[in-house]
Amino acid sequence: MSLTRIYGLFLRHFYLITRSFPRILDLVYWPTIQITLWGFISNFFATHTTYYNNAVGVILTCAILYDFLFRTSIGFNMLFLEEIWSRNFTNLFIAPMKIGEILTSLVITALIRSLIGLVPAILLTSPLFGISILELGIFLFFLFLSLYIFGITLGILVSSGLLRFGPSFENIAWSTMFLLAPFGCIYYPIETLPEVFQKIAYVLPLVYIFEEARNILINQTVDIENIYNAFIWNALYFTLSIILFYYSFNAAKNKGTLINMGE
Amino acid sequence: MKNLIEVKNIKKNYGKKEAVKGISFNVQENEILGLLGPNGSGKTTTIGMLLGLLKPTSGQIFIDNLKLENHRIEILEMINFISPYVELPKKLTVKQNLNVYAKLYKVQNIEERIEYLSEKLRIEELLDSITGELSSGQKNRVSLAKALINEPRVLLLDEPTASLDPEVGDFVRTFLEEYKKEKKISVLLASHNMSEVTRLCKSVLMMKNGEIIDQGTPDDLVAKHGRTNLEEVFLKLSRSKNEFN
Repeated sequence: MSLTRIYGLFLRHFYLITRSFPRILDLVYWPTIQITLWGFISNFFATHTTYYNNAVGVILTCAILYDFLFRTSIGFNMLFLEEIWSRNFTNLFIAPMKIGEILTSLVITALIRSLIGLVPAILLTSPLFGISILELGIFLFFLFLSLYIFGITLGILVSSGLLRFGPSFENIAWSTMFLLAPFGCIYYPIETLPEVFQKIAYVLPLVYIFEEARNILINQTVDIENIYNAFIWNALYFTLSIILFYYSFNAAKNKGTLINMGE
Repeated sequence: MKNLIEVKNIKKNYGKKEAVKGISFNVQENEILGLLGPNGSGKTTTIGMLLGLLKPTSGQIFIDNLKLENHRIEILEMINFISPYVELPKKLTVKQNLNVYAKLYKVQNIEERIEYLSEKLRIEELLDSITGELSSGQKNRVSLAKALINEPRVLLLDEPTASLDPEVGDFVRTFLEEYKKEKKISVLLASHNMSEVTRLCKSVLMMKNGEIIDQGTPDDLVAKHGRTNLEEVFLKLSRSKNEFN
């Protein structure tokens, strides 16, 4: 692994973000709107339902966590799509970069992109709604880490599709998160889902993460098993995504997708 | 002279379609080899295989005696590529783009290298410009600077002067001639501009339907086919059936 090359690819996206005010605004705008909207919804539910009576910030906290996941995943895809849109894809893949270096650089860049959007949104929640996500304590870090890994995993899976099938896979890139969201049990307990859907939900790390967030905020207890399960599933999916990315890269070299990308 | 590029019987099939049918050729140090052929003849596929973007169905490629299949990264460090169909990130300034690629190629003394190329390619005044806002000629010179950022020993050019006005085209050709002479690099030039090929290339490969149907110096080919210039030879071979095999 070459840190210089990893930094070089990071720099390409860093320049892109810092050169354009609309791009920075775009990163900050959606999380802020999302959090503000869910803040008001959360306030409403907190005063009109018994379930959320004891934890005003449950929905809002879950909204912030989900937004972090969404931003990480979309952010990773965007980095890949930027290369296709700018017709720079070939230049990138003829540079002497190992696949591991490309992925590492994109993983770091995606984190920074997500944090640029999320930090202002988190800071807003306290003065606007009197809620601090930091109430989750040290476990907030593990929940964020788990979501980050899953977001990156989804990003790598979608990028594998882009490599293998080309730009026509772009629409899938935008819809992945929406497909998984119902099974993630972000705003409701898993018992809300029909039994068949529950079986699907249990093989996703999301359900453990959001169940645990609710558990900490509502019951004021910590169930380590939820965090552990989330990491186990994450490790499995992350490993599979890396394998699939390498497979797609080789398949693209056989099929010729790397040459025609962007056309 | 040492062969920097050695291509041995490479084939590329897409399913049942044979895009390249077992071609072999060498490019020596300090040589520009022209790759000619009508659209769909297999030129881009051949270049794609040399760049490691495409995996040959069979056959072997050696760059500076290293087998591409086993030494992809080392080989990519010593080659580069330019094509009008591949662009640099449009929103970055020229200098930012060159800086990024200098890092990807682990160039030492980046500032010096950018300064040297900027002067040679007359892009000093463009360094702070947004790449996407440049004219075709300016973009072409910037792409050339990117292609030379790592001081490649092998340069692959796919229609490097397509869509350029005659003056810029001439500037690029003159630059390539001088740079090749100075650095003793090997160049594979795919082009549809026959006067360009005649001027720059020591020898030429004619491709059609994935095969090399003829090869030689531009003068030899013209004499062999009884024509007055390379364009006429190209037309004759392109329109003919494969009787030249």
